[in-house]
Amino acid sequence: MKISIKRGRDLTLRGAIIDNKVESITPRHVAIYPEDFHGFIAKVDVKVGDPVNVGTPIFHDKNVPELQLTSPVSGEIIEVERGERRRLIKVVIANDNKYTSDKTAIPDNYNDKDSLLKILAQSGLMAHIHRRPYDVVARPSDNPRDIFITAFDSSPLAYTSNYDTEDVELMARAVNFFHNITTGNIYISRRSAEQLPDIPGAEMVDVKGPHPAGNIGIQIANIAPINKGENIWALSTDTLRRIGYMLANKQLDTKTTVALTGSRVKTPMLIKTIIGASMADLLNGRLDEDNHHRRIISGNVLTGVKIDMEGHLRFPYTHVSVIPEGDDVDEFMGWASFSPSKMSVSPSYPGKFFKKLFNPDARILGGRRAMIMSGLIDNVLPMDIMGEYLIKAAKSHDIDAMEQLGIYEVAPEDFALAECLDSSKMPYQAIIRESLDYIRGELE
Amino acid sequence: MKSLKRLLDRARPAFGPKGRFHAFHSIFEGIDTFLFTPRDTAPGHLSTHIHDAMDSKRTMTIVIVALLPCLLFGMYNTGYQHWLAAGETIFPFWSLLWYGFLSILPTIVVTYAVGLGIEFFVAQYRHEEIQEGFLVTGLLIPMIIPVSTPLWMVAVATAFSVIFAKEVFGGTGYNIFNPALVARAFLFFSYPSQMSGDAVFVATNQPFGFGPAVADGFTCATPLGQIATSTSDTLSVVGIDSHAISSWDVFIGLIPGSFGETSCLCILIGAAILLFTRIASWRIILSATIGSVGTAYLIHAFANTTYPATMLNPIDQLTLGGLAFAIIFMATDPVTSCRTNTGKWIFGFLVGTIAIIIRTFNNGYPEGAMLAVLLMNAFAPLIDYCVVRANINRRQHRLKLAGSDKS
Repeated sequence: MKISIKRGRDLTLRGAIIDNKVESITPRHVAIYPEDFHGFIAKVDVKVGDPVNVGTPIFHDKNVPELQLTSPVSGEIIEVERGERRRLIKVVIANDNKYTSDKTAIPDNYNDKDSLLKILAQSGLMAHIHRRPYDVVARPSDNPRDIFITAFDSSPLAYTSNYDTEDVELMARAVNFFHNITTGNIYISRRSAEQLPDIPGAEMVDVKGPHPAGNIGIQIANIAPINKGENIWALSTDTLRRIGYMLANKQLDTKTTVALTGSRVKTPMLIKTIIGASMADLLNGRLDEDNHHRRIISGNVLTGVKIDMEGHLRFPYTHVSVIPEGDDVDEFMGWASFSPSKMSVSPSYPGKFFKKLFNPDARILGGRRAMIMSGLIDNVLPMDIMGEYLIKAAKSHDIDAMEQLGIYEVAPEDFALAECLDSSKMPYQAIIRESLDYIRGELE
Repeated sequence: MKSLKRLLDRARPAFGPKGRFHAFHSIFEGIDTFLFTPRDTAPGHLSTHIHDAMDSKRTMTIVIVALLPCLLFGMYNTGYQHWLAAGETIFPFWSLLWYGFLSILPTIVVTYAVGLGIEFFVAQYRHEEIQEGFLVTGLLIPMIIPVSTPLWMVAVATAFSVIFAKEVFGGTGYNIFNPALVARAFLFFSYPSQMSGDAVFVATNQPFGFGPAVADGFTCATPLGQIATSTSDTLSVVGIDSHAISSWDVFIGLIPGSFGETSCLCILIGAAILLFTRIASWRIILSATIGSVGTAYLIHAFANTTYPATMLNPIDQLTLGGLAFAIIFMATDPVTSCRTNTGKWIFGFLVGTIAIIIRTFNNGYPEGAMLAVLLMNAFAPLIDYCVVRANINRRQHRLKLAGSDKS
């Protein structure tokens, strides 16, 4: 199957990976943040000083106890951080660098669906799967209509890796496993057959077009849209591969390749490391040192999480972007600027006509206004959805209108590009997240 | 720049919640954000970290820049018409421009003072930032009314439109009707004798004592006014000095009319700016042009003397009066026009069609563009509702299909 995405926009930013130079870094400690897994209500299973192995449960979900988050390294718990009202922030684990693994009991034949789901949930990998609607962590009881897997990331500065035959073998194993969980199709979206060879048992989808073509929500909408009452599982090929690895080796693969990108990185590069690796280890000596503030983002510049040097790599554990913060510069009448270095898709800024890479900082560059310009969301949201009306329904908490306008088909990340380009500076992602949570609270 | 920034930084505490001038904090913030890009950065979670440099200030400024050719030409033309009315034969360029500038300046000062005054007050009351929308409205109002409209009427109309057409709905972005057109409609229906007829479209006074004197009781109808009252089989439109007005004059805009609306050439320059920067919707402009020219052709095919405007060449229909200005600067207002792409096609087409129908079949009111846009402003939400409904029905149909698959 082939789909071609027309609407969207590739932002050309400075600091992309040019050569495939890879470095390996062993973090001294790693951390797991339950808030990365939206919908997971964390209860902690360990305390400071406990020894853990790779795959030892760290958290379990309050409502679905078999849904767990597990340790990516072997070592010792060194911190359990809580925030307001004792909400769990993170658990930090010192890495003893031995990777001693808890063995997972994998049955030889895959017939018993319930026990398969339990294995997946307890391994911690089910939390890496998103469920649509609501864009929350998957649960064993979901019974998904189809499973959608994306093999590429189209977001700014993201690195799309090619997979080899060993990866394909592992993925095929996981696809075979998934066929026991869903009676529907398993779709794998890729850029081309060179990027990811055909995987037996899965429907391969070649996707062309600009960002957000790599967002699973966009792919679902263009392949087989979600209807009210249906569940979809969405995951990346990295997760698929990890599931395959677990099935093959009865233990977890917690290695990950991170793209270290952005204009404030000395040399953008790939780093092989461990899930949840500490930023101090990853970034030490790799950032531009000058007097200006910088923003470290785990993830891409549209949907990532702001962290600091004391922080850790956050889910989905594949991308770190470092950009200028911008809160220490004074710009005289910036709104009237004709500087070609201003990032904008508007032809009123000359930068659009130079083949130049932009170096935007984190400033909002304008005050929040009511929606004035029309059609902006439609231009960059390649789904059959009236984005502006959905946002209005969401802001007024009108569940009926949101259902009718397709709230079940979207996730916050699908609105990220519109939020970035919007001249009214509206927080679309936060609006969508809040209304998804609101509906879920009302209906589930 | 640094000293200016220091000055602002020093003044900031006085406008803070406990400061002496807290009552003027929205004014201070307005000036501060105008001069220096705010340092506010994106929140770290559930938000994009980078933002496009386009903002409301720039959007509105571009519209103002697009209006400037019309404004400058309006100044020149006001002077030119005045010189003609005074019977002069030499037209000194700078004097004409200066005369026009002096004529329009009080009106612009009044609209901005009244409108921005209300906006500042409302922003203060609502604890919001000052919104830029009125910068455009405040310039549009002087351009679409006769140059000699008394200032107190301008003030009343501006206050009415800002309060009742905009702020009661929630401010810029929430209004249903285009505020500039509401101001004009208010003037038209409240003071018809000052807003239409033969005596108002040419400046006859001497602002600040400048310019040649014009005889008392001077009148000259606009071309559309002449056409509406024409009774002969052949249309003849004449200027102030009784020479026939050619299509070229109409295109350039050296004819009597509302201050900024006469020159098609300058309107096209403005249109080019708005289309290039993608601020105006090309869909609305194109469909409104198609709608008006199409309707004009249709009625021209059935021309008769009962409705003299039917005898007008369809292209002249487009260039005469305020239609072109309304299509480019009024119908494309993103807030009050349709917001869906399909809706924009329908909206624009109907604006063009209705403008020509009103202008042609209502002899009492020779210009229909204002009413057409206001009428379609009222219908825009309905058109959008139908377009959105179609999307909803598609989704519900899909749901039914999915349901029948399972059963």
